[in-house]
Amino acid sequence: MHELSIGRAMLEQATSIMLQHRARAVTAITLQIGPLSGVEPALLNTAYEQLRIDTVAESADLIVHAMPVRIWCESCQSSHDVIPGRLVCPRCGNMRATLIGGDEMLLEAVDLTF
Amino acid sequence: MCQQCGCGNAGERQEVSVKVMRGLLADNARVASHNREHFNRHGTLTVNLMSSPGAGKTALLEASIDALRGEFNIAVVVGDLETENDAQRIRAKGVPAVQIVTGTACHLDAAMIHDALHCIPLDAVDILFIENVGNLVCPASFDLGQHRNIVLLSVTEGDDKPAKYPVMFRAADTMLITKVDFLPHMDDFEPARACHALRQLGNSAPVLSVSARKNIGMDAWLDWLRNARAAREQIA
Repeated sequence: MHELSIGRAMLEQATSIMLQHRARAVTAITLQIGPLSGVEPALLNTAYEQLRIDTVAESADLIVHAMPVRIWCESCQSSHDVIPGRLVCPRCGNMRATLIGGDEMLLEAVDLTF
Repeated sequence: MCQQCGCGNAGERQEVSVKVMRGLLADNARVASHNREHFNRHGTLTVNLMSSPGAGKTALLEASIDALRGEFNIAVVVGDLETENDAQRIRAKGVPAVQIVTGTACHLDAAMIHDALHCIPLDAVDILFIENVGNLVCPASFDLGQHRNIVLLSVTEGDDKPAKYPVMFRAADTMLITKVDFLPHMDDFEPARACHALRQLGNSAPVLSVSARKNIGMDAWLDWLRNARAAREQIA
């Protein structure tokens, strides 16, 4: 379960942002996670329940925005929402479509209280 | 309301939302680039082998080391949850091997590789193999600083594995179908179907079929390594 390592990295970033802003605590952590990042949001939540104890984010909400998997097809100049296991263009069958969304593993925002 | 005395002076308490938009593994990515610079400086080609447990990563390495003896200096970093078994098999071939015992961690990360590099004289290494922890999920998310990812799929697994593990197989720069000497006994594994599942991920990486134990298809794999190594030399 690599979500434990990722949750730890997330808390380190949130803590350092809090210290930079000289805030008192973290009240919310907002993420963007796509299915092709390899992160399972439910497992990250479970890991976070353990990791947050006795940290500045102890009472912070974890908000995960699940991002859709989207491709851009150069051949037929169109973009489509697709499923993670089928990244070919559903219109023309182009197998070299470009992934334009769905692999996000981003810290979007950190809410702080002073 | 004021937190000190409850006087209703809202100015005492303030909330701010800080926009970040930074990768959660940005720190790992930084160490990985550092590793990559290190490899480039020494002209070392670094190849990351990933697969499920038992797909034949160590057997492939043993056969490759034998075949390339005298041609390239090879070193190996091996990740496993427990034991030094795989590193011992590699060392028995006369090649330096560093075993990373990850304990409960299901993947290698860039910092573990960085630490292992202190035990490897890169000046004397043409090809460094990283044998990742056997796992088709977690290792895919962590850049180690490698130049190429090889994903092994043995014929005793399902040929739909690329569809089931898209994150891993999307990361493959080459897919190796391994243990192909067992193909005649495997009614439900079709190499063409495995290849099709990979293409469905928009991945046009080469697909090679090998049996390390029975020396089938090894020449194509060894040529792939020679070409990848020559490409590194041109850059360096």
